[in-house]
Amino acid sequence: MSTLAAKRPIPHGPGHIFLLVLNVATVVAMAVLMWGAFIYARPAANLHGDEQIAQRIFYIHMGCNFGALAGYLVSLLGSLGYLLTRNLDWDRVTQSAIEVGTICGLGTVITGVFWAKPTWNTYWTWDPRLTTTTITILLYIAYLLFRNGIDNRITRARFGSIYALVAFLSLPLTFYSARWFRSIHPVVFDGNGNPDGQGGFLIGPTMGHTVGMAAIAFSLLFSSLMLYRWRQLRLEDRIHELREEVE
Amino acid sequence: MTVSSPVQPAPEPAPDAAPPRLEETPVRMRLGNRPASYFAKVWAVARKDLRAELRAKESFSTMVTFGALAVLVFGLAFDLRVPEAKMVAPGVLWVVILFTGVLGMNRSFGAEVDRGSLAALLLAPVDRSALYFGKVIANTLFLLATELLILPVMLVILDINVLQPWILVGVFLGTLGYVCVGTLFGALTVGSRARESMLPILLLPVMVPVFMAGVGLTASVLDGREVADFQRWLWILVAYDLVFVTVAFMVFDLIWEEV
Repeated sequence: MSTLAAKRPIPHGPGHIFLLVLNVATVVAMAVLMWGAFIYARPAANLHGDEQIAQRIFYIHMGCNFGALAGYLVSLLGSLGYLLTRNLDWDRVTQSAIEVGTICGLGTVITGVFWAKPTWNTYWTWDPRLTTTTITILLYIAYLLFRNGIDNRITRARFGSIYALVAFLSLPLTFYSARWFRSIHPVVFDGNGNPDGQGGFLIGPTMGHTVGMAAIAFSLLFSSLMLYRWRQLRLEDRIHELREEVE
Repeated sequence: MTVSSPVQPAPEPAPDAAPPRLEETPVRMRLGNRPASYFAKVWAVARKDLRAELRAKESFSTMVTFGALAVLVFGLAFDLRVPEAKMVAPGVLWVVILFTGVLGMNRSFGAEVDRGSLAALLLAPVDRSALYFGKVIANTLFLLATELLILPVMLVILDINVLQPWILVGVFLGTLGYVCVGTLFGALTVGSRARESMLPILLLPVMVPVFMAGVGLTASVLDGREVADFQRWLWILVAYDLVFVTVAFMVFDLIWEEV
């Protein structure tokens, strides 16, 4: 085993130093985000009582949403990349992005459920964004299940990429068809506001800064988790390859 | 358009090596220049499936029985608590269509594998997309025939007239989109370990637009609305059909590269 490893050095992916710097930056950014969300950001002016306290989950809710969005967009790149180049690194990009994106997506839904009860007085509603987010998470959980059921590594990569591509393309239609059911989701960044939205609030400067922190912190968190997972998958494939060589 | 020979003498490639490219494959086949020859091939594939089905009635009988049972079970489930069957009829209709369709789609390629005829089908000197469209035509006809029997069952059990022109148009468009995606995913799942249970998991989240548009359309028609009120649902269905026929046509060639 050691001779084999010596013959072909194990690929490390992105350098250790880079990962270390990224880790430290992620921890610092998440800590700053917590400070921003609980202390720095002013309370929302038009909300009261429980609603106002619950509103602070918004920063985590938005942050997780950034992570999920990043994950699913990167997965589109990964699946296209694999189908065009047939390099398994792209397939690992797709898989790691979807795994991390799904965790972030679940975070979005769970924080949303906590926020919705005091604000909308219901845990669940068939709002278009809620529907689309949940369906998206299910789509990508299906992707992960589907992958695991295929034994051949190459077939797994190809079928996974095809499914990820087709699944992604169905999302705009899912969103638009869900939109025609009634909507009570606050449109925070619209400017005009959503007339039917409940629990909406105006973004003040401190709150704007905190949303910025959330975007940066969760992008860093997403990147570091995804890179670690990507590297792990790469090493896993390498081990598999070496084991086959030994046998 | 050229296609690879389905059988390549390729040894199992190392995970990181690129699979053999299409240009290197020894056998090439030109698609007939005339569209008519292409449609003849598509029809040949569809006719093969239709003939097998007419003789064995394997998936059709299963689908009809399951669909009728599902309508009955839903009717029973909602009987005590729902004052008007009209309230649940659109949902029942589309859930039954989705669940019944999965059965047929599973059999489409599953039967080829069970009979050991998948390799023969792939060896047929036709473009892979012709196989896809042939299967789509056959599956669409099976599912439409099934729906034709399920709709009257709904009429009887739920006492709702679902045999209205716009509902039928919606059912047709929805079935088309469903089969387009379902046939593609049926081909993807046929080789996986848990094929029977994997297909619905892959298929249902992607079918959400069809499901919502179908339910919205059926509800509007049953409420006696004007065409202008529900035409957006029809457009969603048309858009879905067009997008996924195109996508499936483009990616279907990629499925069997090294059989």
